[in-house]
Amino acid sequence: MKIVIPVDEQNLETSVCQSFGRTPYYLIYDTETKESAFIDNSATASQGGAGIKAAQTVVDNKVSALLTIRCGENAAAVLKAADIKIYKTRDASAMDNINAFIEGELSLLEEIHPGFHNKGSK
Amino acid sequence: MKIAVLSGKGGTGKTLVSVNLASAAKAATYIDCDVEEPNGHLFFKPENIKEEEITIKIPSVNEQLCMGCRTCTYFCRFNALAYINDKLKIFDDVCHCCGGCVLLCSVEALSEKDKVIGKVQKGTRDNVTVNTGILNYGVESGVPIIKKLLNEHKPEGKNLTFIDCPPGSACIVMESIKDADYCILVAEPTLFGVHNLNMVYELVKLFDMPHGVVLNKCLDGENPAEKFCLEKGINILDRIPFDHELGTLNSNARIAVKENKKYQTLFSSLLQKVTKEVQQYETVTNP
Repeated sequence: MKIVIPVDEQNLETSVCQSFGRTPYYLIYDTETKESAFIDNSATASQGGAGIKAAQTVVDNKVSALLTIRCGENAAAVLKAADIKIYKTRDASAMDNINAFIEGELSLLEEIHPGFHNKGSK
Repeated sequence: MKIAVLSGKGGTGKTLVSVNLASAAKAATYIDCDVEEPNGHLFFKPENIKEEEITIKIPSVNEQLCMGCRTCTYFCRFNALAYINDKLKIFDDVCHCCGGCVLLCSVEALSEKDKVIGKVQKGTRDNVTVNTGILNYGVESGVPIIKKLLNEHKPEGKNLTFIDCPPGSACIVMESIKDADYCILVAEPTLFGVHNLNMVYELVKLFDMPHGVVLNKCLDGENPAEKFCLEKGINILDRIPFDHELGTLNSNARIAVKENKKYQTLFSSLLQKVTKEVQQYETVTNP
């Protein structure tokens, strides 16, 4: 299966990005072939709805699970409609989190936040 | 004569100034454009209120017609549309109702539907007509309500209009001031106050609007906002003291000019200065 993680840098030892919607890159990892790929997040500079656009990218890459620190409600609605499960990452590198996920050690993200819409820009 | 009262942040005294100026005038209209938290009506307690719902047009999809071309999702700058599992999903709360997606849909799968975003209340109290915009919780933009409030307002003769603006300098404020004849900037005597004053000062300069500053909550000693005005050559209209009595009246939703002669004098004098400013400006621009 393919999984996706928002990451700060384009390497496997990178930290997981604090933001799902406005992360610079996504790491897409195939647990069967162990192949990894990094894609740019086109939603980074969105005026609004970054989470929706980012979730669209994730959906279009046909992943089965998202590993993230947190996720907003609009992004979660897109992911849910595409049956993508959301797991909460630990304070560790992207690769450590992938291994933890494969071992079944990550739990589902329970708290979906209402978003940070327009905060600080008014 | 339309006078907008604005400031870079909330709690500086926009409502204090606009409510008291409207009360000090012989006849006035007070328009509360601070639609996210309108509070001028708490002071006036208007009567004979007429209420009207405000709607916007948002897209609605006919799934039978949608081919999944995604033109609409690529177009929307606010990402209010997503295409998931061969279905278009629309985020009503994110939509800014520009109508672009409906225009671009080549198979007419998108049409417009009404969404209620808030209401406008019109009432009167004594010498003041009170028009209030109220935005529903969670709605992205109050601009359509402000448009409704200001487009429908046709001032009669010398009737003064005071526009109590939302805080800040974003598009919702631009909509509130764009047809005003004069802008009163209310400022606090702190460094933070200067930062916020600068935001609205930049805005009124951009709009090329005649403006002046009211320094609120003035204490003895250095006033950074006053210093800023002197440096930039901004006209200081008046200074309102940091006054316990005024603060108490205001926090109890009492109109200060009706409670105490000294506030009547203060705001009548400010009103005169502002009226004179507007007339002078009009003479310069339309000699």
